[in-house]
Amino acid sequence: MSYKAKFRVWRGEGGEGRLEDFTVEVNEGEVVLDIIHRLQATQAPDLAVRWNCKAGKCGSCSMEINGKPRLGCMTRMSTFTEDETITVTPMRTFPVIKDLVTDVSFNYQKAREIPSFTPPADVKPGEYRMQQIDVERSQEFRKCIECFMCNNVCHVIRDHEENKPGFAGPRFLMRIAELDMHPYDVVDRKDAAQEEHGLGYCNITKCCTEVCPEHIKITDNALIPMKERVVDRKYDPLVWLGNKIFKRSGSKS
Amino acid sequence: MEIERHEYDVVVIGAGGAGLRAAIEARQQGKRTAIVCKSLFGKAHTVMAEGGAAAAMGNVNSDDNWMVHFRDTMRGGKFLNNWRMAELHAKEAPDRVWELEAWGALFDRTKDGKISQRNFGGHEYPRLAHVGDRTGLEMIRTLQQRVVALQQEDERLHGDAEAYIKVFAECTITRLLKDHGPAHGPGGAIAGAFGYWREHGRLILFDAPAVVLATGGIGKSYVVTSNSWEYTGDGHALALLAGAKLINMEFIQFHPTGMVWPPSVRGILVTESVRGDGGVLRNSEGRRFMFDYIPEVFKDKYATTEEEGDRWYTDQANNRRPPELLPRDEVARAINAEVKAGRGSPQGGVYLDVSTRLPAAEIVRRLPSMHHQFKELADVDITAEPMQVGPTCHYIMGGVEVDADTGAAAVPGLFAAGEVSGGMHGSNRLGGNSLSDLLVFGRRAGAGAAAYVDRLAARPSVPEESVAAARTEALAPLERSGENPYEVHQELQRTMNELVGIIRNADEVTEALEAVGKLKERARNVGAAGGRIYNPGWHLALDLRNMLLVSECVARAALLREESRGGHTRDDFPGMSAEWRRRLLVCGASPDGSAVTVEEKVQPAMRDDLITLFDRAELEKYITSEELADFDALVKE
Ligand SMILES: Cc1cc2nc3c(=O)[nH]c(=O)nc-3n(C[C@H](O)[C@H](O)[C@H](O)COP(=O)(O)OP(=O)(O)OC[C@H]3O[C@@H](n4cnc5c(N)ncnc54)[C@H](O)[C@@H]3O)c2cc1C
Ligand code: SF4
Ligand code: SF4
Ligand code: FES
Repeated sequence: MSYKAKFRVWRGEGGEGRLEDFTVEVNEGEVVLDIIHRLQATQAPDLAVRWNCKAGKCGSCSMEINGKPRLGCMTRMSTFTEDETITVTPMRTFPVIKDLVTDVSFNYQKAREIPSFTPPADVKPGEYRMQQIDVERSQEFRKCIECFMCNNVCHVIRDHEENKPGFAGPRFLMRIAELDMHPYDVVDRKDAAQEEHGLGYCNITKCCTEVCPEHIKITDNALIPMKERVVDRKYDPLVWLGNKIFKRSGSKS
Repeated sequence: MEIERHEYDVVVIGAGGAGLRAAIEARQQGKRTAIVCKSLFGKAHTVMAEGGAAAAMGNVNSDDNWMVHFRDTMRGGKFLNNWRMAELHAKEAPDRVWELEAWGALFDRTKDGKISQRNFGGHEYPRLAHVGDRTGLEMIRTLQQRVVALQQEDERLHGDAEAYIKVFAECTITRLLKDHGPAHGPGGAIAGAFGYWREHGRLILFDAPAVVLATGGIGKSYVVTSNSWEYTGDGHALALLAGAKLINMEFIQFHPTGMVWPPSVRGILVTESVRGDGGVLRNSEGRRFMFDYIPEVFKDKYATTEEEGDRWYTDQANNRRPPELLPRDEVARAINAEVKAGRGSPQGGVYLDVSTRLPAAEIVRRLPSMHHQFKELADVDITAEPMQVGPTCHYIMGGVEVDADTGAAAVPGLFAAGEVSGGMHGSNRLGGNSLSDLLVFGRRAGAGAAAYVDRLAARPSVPEESVAAARTEALAPLERSGENPYEVHQELQRTMNELVGIIRNADEVTEALEAVGKLKERARNVGAAGGRIYNPGWHLALDLRNMLLVSECVARAALLREESRGGHTRDDFPGMSAEWRRRLLVCGASPDGSAVTVEEKVQPAMRDDLITLFDRAELEKYITSEELADFDALVKE
């Protein structure tokens, strides 16, 4: 049941590198990350790759497999034919540290630029009351495992270094939506989403949604509603205020 | 070569639930705090926890309270727990969970808008706060975002986001450093920590009077495990090498339900919520075999017929819970026995079935990540067919011996919390009690470290010769061209799995100790090809020291404890002994790790108001006749 697969893996560091060819054993039920590990254990002990959970839960093992952003631990070898050459490269939007490991600090920087959850001052821990239906929207976004593949694939910053300072990327625009839809958050996030975090750059191509391993509907459920809120707001600021108050008192009753 | 240097008040090693909560506390108390972790920020093991965090909030059943939780915890741990920790845990867990909500966590809700709670093995009432089956992710993200919120505050106040709390990600600590000067007592005091950056291999030194260990567990010493590469027992080993003690190292939890197929995912966890939400275990003959394995001590608490067990899910007041929800050690042993008796599934496990128990849509809603995991990794649709599962090395109850209230270890300046600490869970941890443990004792250790720094008369300083020694040790594998570290690692994993696994005996454990001794020799000569930039072979070569040291502690303690209790089963001593309940095994090591010692220590008697929370009839099953006489005298008063 095992066979020898052909792999081409990007090797290199400090801005230089090349694709290296390997022939490596594959057994039934294995995933791409298993094969990378086999390379480490048998042919290239210093091959760099990130991983933790091996179960699609931590978002560490993001890579590009035959040009598509994927989690190495969730990409089964059975999705390829035995004679196919499988090309594994690091995420393209972030600088390579070594081999398959990239510098994702851009994402942590963006996370810090978004104002944190801010509840009303008078609600004490233990007093929060929310209905399941009111938390579900934000819960969908909180499924995010921070694999950063949506940010990697988004054309606004993929190959456009110049857009990085003004664009939080789908991951963190979604974080703004998550907070905006949180029943207890009191910050007005709409202007900032548009003006500081680059919501306007997004032209809803949905590429981010397509690669999300958690199947979060980033574009439909976070980005488009957020855009609508921004537009509403432009015409009628009271709409925002009304919504927010309604939402809060509605969920508390 | 230059060593990068930093000065902090408190260095927290580990960015899981325990480490982050500790760091938040230290920072909130005004201490300059560093968080150091091996993975990226937000990827620590805690992210993988599924089921939930146990806290007696009483949202689903108002009869729940801290005393019931305390009793369940002690029972689960077979009364070997550090009762003070179990008490603090049960009392403080609700506040810690509510606090997360105030920091932005969104737990699943009850109808009246409170945090929903689910059933889990060993918990008398629905008690686990959860978010579907991704509770650990919610917890780590919330704590991560709390750290960010504090950094934003510091940015506003001081113009520097990292002025008071900074994360050093992908950085591994290899040694704790001590000041042995006369001002710091006979054994010396913590002065700092030494390590390397995984990214570029440069060396780093933290100068700090207080270190909190929150490094998690040791599962990577076993082949079949639910744990990731991070779980190499670093904190356990760092503590030992610094002169602290480990207790209860013989107790390892084998989770009953790990995936068994395909081979590459063997060991990956199948959450207990599957059973909590109605899933049942069957053998190849279709029998719900757990009814055959209800132990004497639990006879009156579990259903004896399938009908009663099934009724319990909807009517808990009038029925007893099904035996699938026995504590984990019982279920794991039962599965092991069924497979050994030839009644296993084709791939060497047993069947776990939820497909005939709940409607498909309900399964997807309640167990989304299990549905996803099986579909993607095993081609199994859990809404239509049963899963195959078997025991997997999951959690170590043993760890650094600490003071319950402050998390302080025996070495001044050293603190520990979370999975790396020992005592709280006794011989067996209940599901859901870890996430709450992280919060309760993470906070306490952070506060303990802050208070220690405040009390300190003179700041210890790092001796240059210990820095030089740490440097030599860290770079050694790169300078050798010896054996491949992966081979030594694999052999250790096989040894521990086969000889110090779920069922043990004196001969096999002795054999394991010999094997570990030989592997220690080999580990001294492993070499790492390649350079210092992100070199996993080098990293593994350094981790081997820790795994071997910890494995030796596990094996030595396992050999000495001549009884079976919780996560330690000896087929040559199958009974539980009341005498042994009072004894704790304490491991220590020489500073170079070459010699491991194990000493016995008496477990302090439970405080009067706590022991009287139990019935005499229950205590009788666990404690000696002497202790029982004391109890009788106490009750009479
Ligand atoms: C699959 C799975 C599911 C689980 N589900 C549940 C559940 O539902 N409920 C429950 O209560 N418990 C559960 N547990 C147990 C629980 O998740 C863990 O016990 C807990 O998360 C451990 O947390 P921690 O903070 O102690 O350590 P971790 O979260 O493991 O963090 C350890 C940290 O230490 C760092 N570290 C380690 N060594 C070093 C070093 N040398 N230098 C620098 N940093 C280092 C790591 O990088 C990491 O950041 C589960 C465990 C697993 C594996
Ligand atoms: S939908 Fe918007 S955010 Fe997503 S990839 Fe397209 S442009 Fe980027
Ligand atoms: S939204 Fe999806 S793709 Fe983007 S980081 Fe989160 S999990 Fe990854
Ligand atoms: S290793 Fe965690 S998502 Fe792949």
